[in-house]
Amino acid sequence: MTDAAPPIDKTAFRQGLEARLKKRYAQERRFRLYGQLAIVFALGFLVLLVGRIALQGYSTFIDYEVTQTIYVDPAKVDAADIGGSNFDLLVAEQMLAKLGETDDKLGEASGEMMGIISNDFGYQLLKRVQDDPSLIGRKVTLTGPVKADAALYYKGELKRSTPQDERKLDDRQLDWLDRMQASGAVSKGFNIGFLTKSDSTEPEQAGVLGAVIGSAMMLLVTAVLAVPIGVLAATYLEEFAPKNRWTDLIEVNINNLAAVPSIVYGLLGLAVFINWLHVPRSSPLVGGLVLALMALPTVIIATRSALKAVPPSIREAALGVGASRTQTVFHHVLPLAMPGVMTGAILSLAHALGETAPLLMIGMISFVPGVPEGFTGAATVLPVQVFIWENASERAFHERTAAAILVLLAFMIVMNLAAILLRRRFERRW
Amino acid sequence: MPAQRDDSQARGTAPVHISVDRAYTDGPQHEVKIRARDVNVFYGDKQALFDVSLDVPEKAVTALIGPSGCGKSTFLRCINRMNDTIPGATVRGRIELDGEDVNDKAIDPVILRARVGMVFQKPNPFPKTIFENVAYGARIHGLTSSKAELEALVETSLKKAGLWGEVADRLHQPGTGLSGGQQQRLVIARAIAVSPEVILMDEPCSALDPIATARIEELIDELRHQYCIVIVTHSMAQAARVSQKTAFFHLGKLVEAGPTGEIFTNPRDSRTQDYITGRFG
Repeated sequence: MTDAAPPIDKTAFRQGLEARLKKRYAQERRFRLYGQLAIVFALGFLVLLVGRIALQGYSTFIDYEVTQTIYVDPAKVDAADIGGSNFDLLVAEQMLAKLGETDDKLGEASGEMMGIISNDFGYQLLKRVQDDPSLIGRKVTLTGPVKADAALYYKGELKRSTPQDERKLDDRQLDWLDRMQASGAVSKGFNIGFLTKSDSTEPEQAGVLGAVIGSAMMLLVTAVLAVPIGVLAATYLEEFAPKNRWTDLIEVNINNLAAVPSIVYGLLGLAVFINWLHVPRSSPLVGGLVLALMALPTVIIATRSALKAVPPSIREAALGVGASRTQTVFHHVLPLAMPGVMTGAILSLAHALGETAPLLMIGMISFVPGVPEGFTGAATVLPVQVFIWENASERAFHERTAAAILVLLAFMIVMNLAAILLRRRFERRW
Repeated sequence: MPAQRDDSQARGTAPVHISVDRAYTDGPQHEVKIRARDVNVFYGDKQALFDVSLDVPEKAVTALIGPSGCGKSTFLRCINRMNDTIPGATVRGRIELDGEDVNDKAIDPVILRARVGMVFQKPNPFPKTIFENVAYGARIHGLTSSKAELEALVETSLKKAGLWGEVADRLHQPGTGLSGGQQQRLVIARAIAVSPEVILMDEPCSALDPIATARIEELIDELRHQYCIVIVTHSMAQAARVSQKTAFFHLGKLVEAGPTGEIFTNPRDSRTQDYITGRFG
């Protein structure tokens, strides 16, 4: 500034200022609008995605059950060899009898009946008679699901108007279904079996329990390994390690590892854990190990940034009263960083929960019709279950795919709620 | 800044590295507690302190004054080795506490910092209760053996810091809920609780209002009868009010040190004169 500055025309200055001010406010309004639009778009897509899956999957939770009294005919059931008797046929014949039909010589009618009622009936009857052989010659009342295709007919997804050779059930089977429904033997209910049973080749008997438990066990392994190791590694790097070329190199590599495609971790797990260390394939243990490797860089990065966010004044305060570095870190810095650490850890675990590709590499693609028998037993997990069902040819599995995705989303929501609760628990006011 | 330096050199002042330290001799109880000799501090390649030699008297307040970036905080942080925590910082020279070199391998910085407490510019209580804040040092050093002893220690420390009356009924509320001035006194209580010999204060009042500042200054005046206090301050008036000895730093060099009265009324160096009369800084 010099003394020779020209005098400012105050009115012009004022007018220019007001004109610019209008522009500035208009700009601010525009940016707010863009932001709101972005949120509307994001929410819209989310609603579309979840809504589509929910629409496709909700029908899984409705099932149709038949209640039928079966006469355990001593002529058909050999008391000496209960396991060898054909209970499926027995049930089918009695179902036919109830509808006033009789089986033909070739057993075509009973075969068709077996096509609309679940073989769960035969299995239930076998169990009941095995437990109590005195039931032979008496009547037993059974309740079981109809076959998935029959349920699709009841739900209106399989239509009579479709030409007979293009649908799974023929006209006679549809007639029987109509008559069974008319007789009041069929009841509509909540498909609790989807949540209490494991995978099956029969869609109406398939459930997600095995996959949910498999996922939970695998995540437990991941959490137990990745969180403590990641937090300690990050704490050392951030608070204790000297800053030199080596630690710089380590830092760069951790950041790179966080970006490595997950399938690479699957290949690594296959080579190291399965082929070299002989960890049982397809087990929650090996899955957890692989996902722990994958989650480690994320946990380390999240922990380091949480530690960095702790104000240096707290470190100085602790050091100033004579706390050692370890005491400073473990009494003050780490507890203050805990909410951030927990959030990072749970986010990386939620990421691991949805991971599919590396698990396919370590043999988790196999059909597992039960709850995993411990950490080294064969297991399947939710995302892989989704993948398996999506590839199944039967139409009834497709609604189950969507339903399994809903269960997976619910699992994630529960985890995120846990994250919020933990955050609240550890948060301290400044 | 460069213009000012030229100015002072133009007036033919003494070469910068020769500093004058007139001993503070106000009675025999003021023997030298901290003796610094030729202290040089480097942050990486940058030298922050040049050949600083200073005697700090026992049971008195020594004020370090000077413009921003002159190295007074750096010097303060050498005394309890807080510079150790800064990557790339190196300290050369000798700083003796009761005749022992604090940079000696045999001196553990943890024990040193228990002997030399520190109060920082911004009040930094732990995000814990008032009680825990004061008790923390005693806990980690194992100074008390029972809960009653610890409670007594917390009480006496808070009383010495002049905070007891205000917080006695809310010891178990967070220390961060106190006002700025109360927080700073809490931090002083925390430092006192470990029975230090020296208390270092790095601009303890710069974040406080005048009333809170007056409170802290009164407190410093009371504490000087028991402790050796070194205070860094930007306020010349504060230095004049609370200290018995003043050291003037400029551009990383100790320009002049001596009894506060003398420094303020009869400075020997023209730069000191310029600074205390408000001509720069």
